[in-house]
Amino acid sequence: MDKQLNGAQIVLQSLQDHGVEHIFGYPGGAVLPIYDEIFQQESIEHILVRHEQGATHAAEGYARSTGKCGVVLVTSGPGATNAVTGLTDALMDSIPMVCITGQVPTHLIGGDAFQEADTVGITRPCTKHNYLVKDVNDLARIMHEAFQVATTGRPGPVVVDIPKDIQFALGPYMKPKAVKHKSYQPQIKGDMAAIKQAVALIANAKKPVFYTGGGIINSGPQASQLLREFVKLTGFPITSTLMGLGSYPSADKQWLGMLGMHGTYEANLAMHDCDVMINIGARFDDRITGTLDKFSPNSKKIHVDIDPSSINKNVMVDVAIVGDCAHVLEDMLRVYKSDAVTPDKKALASWWSEIEGWRDRKCLAYKKDEKAIKPQYAVERLYELTKGPDTFITTEVGQHQMWAAQYYRFEDPNRWMTSGGLGTMGYGIPAAVGVQVAHPKSLVIDIAGEASVQMTMQELSTAVQYRLPIKIFILNNEYMGMVRQWQELLHGGRYSSSYSEALPDFVKLAEAYGATGIRAHTPGELDDAIKRMVDTPGPVIFDCVVTKDENCYPMIPSGAAHNEMLLADSEGLDIEVSDAGKALV
Amino acid sequence: MSAENQIERHTLSILVDNEAGVLARVIGLFSGRGYNIDSLTVAEVDDQEHMSRITIVTVGTPPIIEQIKAQLGRLVPVHRVVDLTVECESVERELALIKVTGKGDARVEALRMSEAFRARVVDATPDSFVFEITGNTEKIDAFIGLMKPLGLREVSRTGAAAISRGPEAM
Repeated sequence: MDKQLNGAQIVLQSLQDHGVEHIFGYPGGAVLPIYDEIFQQESIEHILVRHEQGATHAAEGYARSTGKCGVVLVTSGPGATNAVTGLTDALMDSIPMVCITGQVPTHLIGGDAFQEADTVGITRPCTKHNYLVKDVNDLARIMHEAFQVATTGRPGPVVVDIPKDIQFALGPYMKPKAVKHKSYQPQIKGDMAAIKQAVALIANAKKPVFYTGGGIINSGPQASQLLREFVKLTGFPITSTLMGLGSYPSADKQWLGMLGMHGTYEANLAMHDCDVMINIGARFDDRITGTLDKFSPNSKKIHVDIDPSSINKNVMVDVAIVGDCAHVLEDMLRVYKSDAVTPDKKALASWWSEIEGWRDRKCLAYKKDEKAIKPQYAVERLYELTKGPDTFITTEVGQHQMWAAQYYRFEDPNRWMTSGGLGTMGYGIPAAVGVQVAHPKSLVIDIAGEASVQMTMQELSTAVQYRLPIKIFILNNEYMGMVRQWQELLHGGRYSSSYSEALPDFVKLAEAYGATGIRAHTPGELDDAIKRMVDTPGPVIFDCVVTKDENCYPMIPSGAAHNEMLLADSEGLDIEVSDAGKALV
Repeated sequence: MSAENQIERHTLSILVDNEAGVLARVIGLFSGRGYNIDSLTVAEVDDQEHMSRITIVTVGTPPIIEQIKAQLGRLVPVHRVVDLTVECESVERELALIKVTGKGDARVEALRMSEAFRARVVDATPDSFVFEITGNTEKIDAFIGLMKPLGLREVSRTGAAAISRGPEAM
């Protein structure tokens, strides 16, 4: 006979058995039995956030920086609905997360009880899977399944909705076993025939490019190692999506920088002109491809993805390999080595000289300013003064995010946390909280904008409470900068509602929270101020006052192709964006 | 028009765990991603294993149909997705209950037509019939078309159920 526990104890026991050390949450009526159990144990630390959205982003930051599953605990009704943004964010960026939601007792479900919401109904499209536990006898199995589904295959968020009476009811507990799920069996190993086909294409490539994404990060550090080995062995150029930054070291000469809407000139032109594209763990997102009918028109495309539904979704490919990046890379490498493939050195040399020509365009160059701080300069200085293997960067969403991606540089995976797919303003502070919880001694910086940062500013209070010394580095240009940039380019400079009116004094705001506020106005004082920020033991808001009208370049305008980029020095050119392009996002 | 853009009609058989919300997952996938459902039938087919079979008739271009199958396949409670239109020969049947009202020549003609279509009369009053008809979708469409001028009042259709021909099971 299995040990009988109550539902709340089953939840805690299963969390412990899955190695959970931290959970992010917010109590409420429908989860009080679970909070009571948390109170009576020591092995799991609960981090009390200030808003449930914060709990989800903190769990994302925690997961992204450790490779472990993030765990969230919220109450019914508004607790669950507030978590929806973070769940959707985790779904879009494939972040493993288990979110436990309280629910009104089973006999009240459907009666519009206080703080009742149809949580499984609401979260069905924004989770990888979800469960409503109607019988305590199912609870242990469902908890174990939730972790399995969240962390395997293409990772994602899983909601377990537990009515309050189930949390009190007695039921059996059994340990998680490696049982094969009846229907959920993600494919890990790639098909060998397809892998051989891919290697054959790679062997004959004259103008190849690696295009890698978040799948490499999700697959674990081994995938990054194998990728590095493969890229070195082939001598091919490599670019990555926003989500994949850090999987290949940016200091390496084969690294072309990020690709896509605000990617580098050399990366995007290499994508456009290549003859063999090797996509590993990326999903041909619209930020990457630009207009689809002009996307890399002359290449053979190889696509490695663990999610079969990613194959041929946006771009039809020539060789599709469904499997985990690390497993597929390992097999690819083995075939490459056993076939004794020697890349076409002459063709590669001429491809590289073409790429060097694009590099010479220096697409990330910008006009320096003696008096005011340029946002690009701010990120460059921040990078120079904080770089290192023990530095973790989170961001909000907008121009500052793109500048962070362009000017901060990453040598290792799991150091870069950003909201890519959903583009959630307000991600950065709570994500930084989650990263700092996982890495208490590390330097964790949220590169932020003054608009985004106000969406979840209250999580600074969480950071103060738990002595998490996160640094919030605000590029303050007094605009929702990316909105302003699009209004400038596409809407005749009519800046409708994009000015950040009535901003708080961020230094005083920091002080009000019990944190430290630092402000820099001029390039001359920037370095010292950044050093002061790093040396401050507690949380810091750094109000970096930057030029207001800077645009983020390079840029592929909507509806354009990779070879139709706007560069900083082409500012003032007539930008023709088609009506169809204007309708895109 | 290239083959890639040609709209096709496919019948998909989906074997799922018969658990709460599974139909909502399938339907939500179609509505959320903008796919079409022409008809959908669902019932438990294995009470030991608690499995249900969903038959969906959908329309779309070949790449969209492939997407639909891949998206269905990654739902956690989905065991198998079979495209009966391309993977095998299959038979497809639908049942409809059709109410026709009228008197005189129209009523006689409706009854005569129902015999020609092998429909059964399952309810009759002096001025109405309810016909039960089974067949593929085209046959039922044709019968309904014929009933229109003869006093068609109401139609209730099950949507298509389908199964592969031969000894193999999905």
